[in-house]
Amino acid sequence: MQYIDNIIFFIAMVVGFGLFFKSLKEIYRNILLGKKIDRSDQKAERWGIMARVALGQSKMVKRPIAGILHIFVYVGFVIINIELIEIIVDGIFGTHRFLAGILGDSLYSFFTATLEVLALLVVIAVVLFFIRRNFYGIKRFTMKELFGWPKHDANWILVIEFALMMAFFTMNSSDWVLQQRQVLAAHGSFPISANILGPLFQNFSDNALIFTERGAWWFHFIGILFFMNYLYYSKHLHILLAFPNTWFANLKPKGQFTNLDSVTKEIKLMMDPNADPYAAAPEADPNEVPEKFGASDIFDLNRVQLMNAYSCTECGRCTSVCPANITGKKLSPRKIMMDTRDRIEEVGRNINKNGKFVDDGKKLLDDHIQREELWACTTCNACVEACPILIDPLSIIVEMRRFLVMEQSAAPQELNQMMTNIENNAAPWQYNQADRLKWATEN
Amino acid sequence: MDFTIKTMAEYAAEGKAPEVLFFVGCAGSFDDRAKKITKAFCKILNKVGIEFAVLGQEESCNGDPAKRAGNEFVFQMMALTNIEIMNAYEVKKIVTTCPHCFNIIKNEYPGLGGNYEVLHHTQFLRKLMEEGRLKIEGGTFKGKRITFHDPCYLGRANGEYEAPRQLLEKLDAELVEMKRCKSNGLCCGAGGAQMFKEPEPGNKDINIERTEEALSEKPNIIATGCPFCNTMMTDGVKHFNNNEVTVKDIAELLAEAEDL
Ligand code: SF4
Ligand code: SF4
Repeated sequence: MQYIDNIIFFIAMVVGFGLFFKSLKEIYRNILLGKKIDRSDQKAERWGIMARVALGQSKMVKRPIAGILHIFVYVGFVIINIELIEIIVDGIFGTHRFLAGILGDSLYSFFTATLEVLALLVVIAVVLFFIRRNFYGIKRFTMKELFGWPKHDANWILVIEFALMMAFFTMNSSDWVLQQRQVLAAHGSFPISANILGPLFQNFSDNALIFTERGAWWFHFIGILFFMNYLYYSKHLHILLAFPNTWFANLKPKGQFTNLDSVTKEIKLMMDPNADPYAAAPEADPNEVPEKFGASDIFDLNRVQLMNAYSCTECGRCTSVCPANITGKKLSPRKIMMDTRDRIEEVGRNINKNGKFVDDGKKLLDDHIQREELWACTTCNACVEACPILIDPLSIIVEMRRFLVMEQSAAPQELNQMMTNIENNAAPWQYNQADRLKWATEN
Repeated sequence: MDFTIKTMAEYAAEGKAPEVLFFVGCAGSFDDRAKKITKAFCKILNKVGIEFAVLGQEESCNGDPAKRAGNEFVFQMMALTNIEIMNAYEVKKIVTTCPHCFNIIKNEYPGLGGNYEVLHHTQFLRKLMEEGRLKIEGGTFKGKRITFHDPCYLGRANGEYEAPRQLLEKLDAELVEMKRCKSNGLCCGAGGAQMFKEPEPGNKDINIERTEEALSEKPNIIATGCPFCNTMMTDGVKHFNNNEVTVKDIAELLAEAEDL
């Protein structure tokens, strides 16, 4: 019977990790729904960017308060994962604080003390984040697109993190008292637990303490497994995807848009003076799917754009600098990312249910993203610049405009006029090309 | 203009090539306000003694508004037309007074076979200044407050924040920064083909928001480096019935300093 704990632990762990990998596989499958894109050049530069932006959080600290609080939570999270190794070994083999044996007592004391300080910083940061998000009326946290699940999600994450940290302190405090009573071997140093919570536990009986310590230990462990699996449903996925997302970021100048090769071929043919205008069109491959210009659904976007959508933390930094949004237009680059993810997940559920995607009569365009949003964009790149994990909402907006213009001829009337002018007069206004040099002779 | 502007065709007829091609752009060719910027820039080049040419009637729209609106066809038609002509003249170096021309020729033309060294006029003028060819004495601007509005397609799109500022610093004026400047600069509202249509419904126009911010710095001059920004900010200043503040392109300010 004495192994029952270890067995339960093992099963919980396998189930927890199993579900987690299943979710990851699903995300990966969904990202592959997008078009291939080659972003494997300049590897050294990419590793550097990932190290600076994802690991080093260089963009987060552009807003210092949020940035520093975020670093507390982030570093706390990373360290907790080191601790998870200890929890797993202890759990499977029934050891107690097994890292102490490996690190030696003084190093282990340093390790546990560091953890405690970080955990305290996490608690402080999480509480401040909660207050800031819910009671300060910061515009980007109170916007319409966050109503419902996105808002609850954000709060749940904070609550879960708070609970996990509290379990950690409870565990350490009761452990510490037990160590004082020499019920457990003395390992580690607990500056916070010993001085703040520890005294509260002094009156507990040994059994109550052991029960509390085990309870907190289990809570902590199950909590982590739960949190891991919660990621799939949450904007918190960014703690994983921020890394590949920054690695695959666009390294070209922000003002450089892609040139569509399929268009180049056609235009070159059109402009070629040697081409025979009456020649029959070259034999078309009957199996060839005619190329679609731009994007009306997630299948037309590329894989990096889909990964971007999964990585978005809904922080709204993009939206808060968007000139269109600032001046009250419907466009919100954050919403573009959230809509894209919603649509990917909708398609993913469809595939789960039917084995493959069965047309559901819906699209990213119109069913999620409205035309009015797309046309409000000034392509200023402020959103791209602001995103702490290098997401590019603008590229999606441009792809969708391309679809509207080239597939549907559905640009706003004035833009149609402008484009006709360019075609006819080589200028967006109705001026004659022959007058292009008039300024040189005017006064 | 009191000197002749030569075209690439004229240079070619003489069997010569100018140092640089000035790609004037549609605004710079046709828009009354922007034409002043074009002329100011030419005056500076003339004064420094730069051999430059324009394409004149052979120039077509660079394709930017079509491309940003999503019309890749019209964009590539314009781009390939321009590239064909510029390649025929064996153009090496291009300067523009418009960040949209600058961005698109620098970044998007190479993929279509147009490879040139492309400079925004603020970059070109800074280079002339560094080489000692252009000397700026900004006495007339002493005691004036100037605030510079970063054009998105020069700044964020291509990372150039310093060239315009280095030129402005030579004017002996007081350079004041807006709260949103450099990589955090706010768009004037014209980019992405917005110049050519009514804005979507909202509670304010973008250029009003931006001008408000500029005016709150109490400048005498709002400096710009883009003909579209210039129009947007000028309209903004008019909107506030402000007769004290002028909106000027950096080329105009330099020409004024030189009394050209
Ligand atoms: S590029 Fe478009 S969406 Fe992004 S901030 Fe500028 S206007 Fe907003
Ligand atoms: S796109 Fe980037 S900046 Fe915008 S909400 Fe998502 S994570 Fe934040």
